[in-house]
Amino acid sequence: MSAKYLIATGLGATLALTATTALAQGDCAAGLTLEDGKLTVATGNPAFYPWVMNDDPDSGEGFEAAVAYAMAEEMGFAADDVVWVRTSFDEAIQPGVKNFDVNIQQYSITPERDEVVDFSVAYYDAPMAVLLAPGVESEASLEAIRALKWGAMGTTTAVPMLNEVVQPESAPLLYGDNVDVNAAMMANQIDAALFDLPTALFLSAVMIEGSTVLGQFPADRSENPDQFGMLMEDGNPLKACVDAALEAMKADGRLAAIEAEWLQDATGVPVIE
Amino acid sequence: MVLDQGPGAATPGPTRRQLHEARLRRRSLTIATLSTVGVVLAIYLLVPLAPGWERVQRSFFNGEILVETFPTLLRAFTIDVMIFLWCAPAIAIWALVIALCRDVRNPALYPLKLFAIAYTDVFRGVPVILVVYLIGFGVPGLGLPRPWNSPYIWGSVALVLTYSAYVAEIYRSGIESIHPSQRAAAESLGLSQWHVMRDVILPQALRRVVPANMNMLIALQKDVALLSFIGPVEIFRQAGVFKSLLANFTPYVGAAIIFLAVTIPATRYADRLIARQARARS
Amino acid sequence: MAKLELRGVEKSFGANRVCRGIDLDVGEGELVCLIGASGSGKSTLLRCINLLEPIDEGEIFLDGVDIAEPGLDPEPIRRRIGIVFQAYNLFPHMTAEENVMLAPRRVHGHSREELRPRVTALFERFGLADRMGHYPDQLSGGQQQRVAVVRALAMRPEVMLLDEVTSALDPMLVGEVLDALKALKADGMTMVVATHEMSFAREAADKVCFLSDGLIVEEGPPETLFTDPKESETRSFLARSLK
Repeated sequence: MSAKYLIATGLGATLALTATTALAQGDCAAGLTLEDGKLTVATGNPAFYPWVMNDDPDSGEGFEAAVAYAMAEEMGFAADDVVWVRTSFDEAIQPGVKNFDVNIQQYSITPERDEVVDFSVAYYDAPMAVLLAPGVESEASLEAIRALKWGAMGTTTAVPMLNEVVQPESAPLLYGDNVDVNAAMMANQIDAALFDLPTALFLSAVMIEGSTVLGQFPADRSENPDQFGMLMEDGNPLKACVDAALEAMKADGRLAAIEAEWLQDATGVPVIE
Repeated sequence: MVLDQGPGAATPGPTRRQLHEARLRRRSLTIATLSTVGVVLAIYLLVPLAPGWERVQRSFFNGEILVETFPTLLRAFTIDVMIFLWCAPAIAIWALVIALCRDVRNPALYPLKLFAIAYTDVFRGVPVILVVYLIGFGVPGLGLPRPWNSPYIWGSVALVLTYSAYVAEIYRSGIESIHPSQRAAAESLGLSQWHVMRDVILPQALRRVVPANMNMLIALQKDVALLSFIGPVEIFRQAGVFKSLLANFTPYVGAAIIFLAVTIPATRYADRLIARQARARS
Repeated sequence: MAKLELRGVEKSFGANRVCRGIDLDVGEGELVCLIGASGSGKSTLLRCINLLEPIDEGEIFLDGVDIAEPGLDPEPIRRRIGIVFQAYNLFPHMTAEENVMLAPRRVHGHSREELRPRVTALFERFGLADRMGHYPDQLSGGQQQRVAVVRALAMRPEVMLLDEVTSALDPMLVGEVLDALKALKADGMTMVVATHEMSFAREAADKVCFLSDGLIVEEGPPETLFTDPKESETRSFLARSLK
């Protein structure tokens, strides 16, 4: 298994070298994917709106699904050659061989994570936003929200953001996923939760009836504004090709267009001072 | 081996048999030490030769991360200890109530018995985590005001309800293990059912089930971490937060070390109690 | 009127008829010995008298009052009748003194201090003065049985039932317990004793009843029953047990 992998890597490296000139022209990924001619993309289980609509990435609907298909096209794959798999967060950062070429599920790029896995260039800059539980009202100021009872998902970069920027008066409660945060809001155990803006909008619009988005944090509030990148196995030679494809999409405005289509609600949310 | 029966015979030195046994003990100790060292050495030398070792080591056994996260994990562990400390006595009491309900002989109190049977069946049949979710989110969802809807309270209630079902059965086995003539002897003196239970049956039964209950305490000490699912940032959740931020599993290993530091001595102690009781009965 | 009268007492465990209509009179201060093979119904009869087992048919009169009437509260009646079993009498988690004091404290609400003089006297009466603070497993079998007798006496019973109290003992220890029973009789206690000790029955009993298969086959004063039994069944039992 690992011998085969080494050969594949070696081969891949040689191919990558000879293909540099052809980057982003449809064949930079040749021989570098898990399965020749196919691009295996991982998403969450389940995958949430607005990132993937109806938990159905094959439809290409939803921001991340659309980005994945656009990128695949840029890399030279037909839509039919995109294969979707599901992974948890843990599977993605486990050491060892991966079952995907790229994993796209709102992974924030952090230096620590980057030591273990590889990230593509960012495909989205996600501001953090405050979701208020039904019936809770607060001024959109740091002083006011400090007094709230806070919750967040324990696996996200919302946790350090909470502790460093918001500094709540009582210790926040942390949960495993959106659904549990929802349950805690229903049980009146938390007043507010911190999410990336699109997720906060989704939760308030679809999942948690009566909840509202109080506002977003300006990007310069945190040292490292949350940027989502695609996750790859450490040292994956495909990275150059993925980055080139994303840069090309940024340069010609395709990425912005996808964002405008699927994350249009995210504009115009007030900023917390 | 020749034993000197000369001038030394008067002083009570070790006997021939004792000397022989001491020699045997020394020999088996040497063998045990050598083979243990050998196995540990083999693991130490061979495992790093595995092709993925370096990555595994970086992800699971990262010394730098361990040192960095350990103090916070230890602080989070105090929450586990706290929850454990109030759950354990509550379980001891509530389980006793259930066990006594199960033992009632008065037909007028039969509904109590029925309740106890249904209770132990249900709570032993449902996974703990499900009870934690249902009660931890469900009961406060009925509209309790703060602080009475705290996940600490209702998560603890869930643990107490579940563990009491198991401990009640342990109590019951203890009560049933008391020889029937003890009950007869107590009844023949004209003691009431309550006094028979309180003064004669229970004191003996409870003593008998101490080892079994020690094992439940050890299990509870680990299951306290299930409360992390409904919000409290105890050691398991804290390790998970570190894992996500650092993309590294070492904090879990740190948490495991802290758990082991508590459970291993407790397990050894329980084993000793069981062994002592087995000796006392034979 | 006899202190204790049994009329037509029947008791079955499922299909097993253990007592099949037993009549027995025990006078005030009398010692009645029940003899017979194991399984003849002696132990069950004693447990029925103490109301530890409800009887199916018949009456049990204590001072002329039927105590076997269904629906009576057994606890006050049991306090008037003491019983000592073959083994496992004492509560192992209590000292001898605590064993003896438990029922008077709980039932009559006496304090330890109130009870101590009388309990101490009882221990002394049965040669156990230096054993009051010992736990059962620190006592010999004979001492344990004597403590059990003292414990029953502490409730001031009117009748004492003794169920083969020596059969689990080392032969060496039998004598001290039988001596205790003789001392009890000397104090005027009314007693029913199930026993395999024929010499004790012959020496101490006022009346001996031979039970077989749930019935009293023959009864009479020991001198006649042991020397001139009328029933062949009695004769063969005595021949076997006196060998």
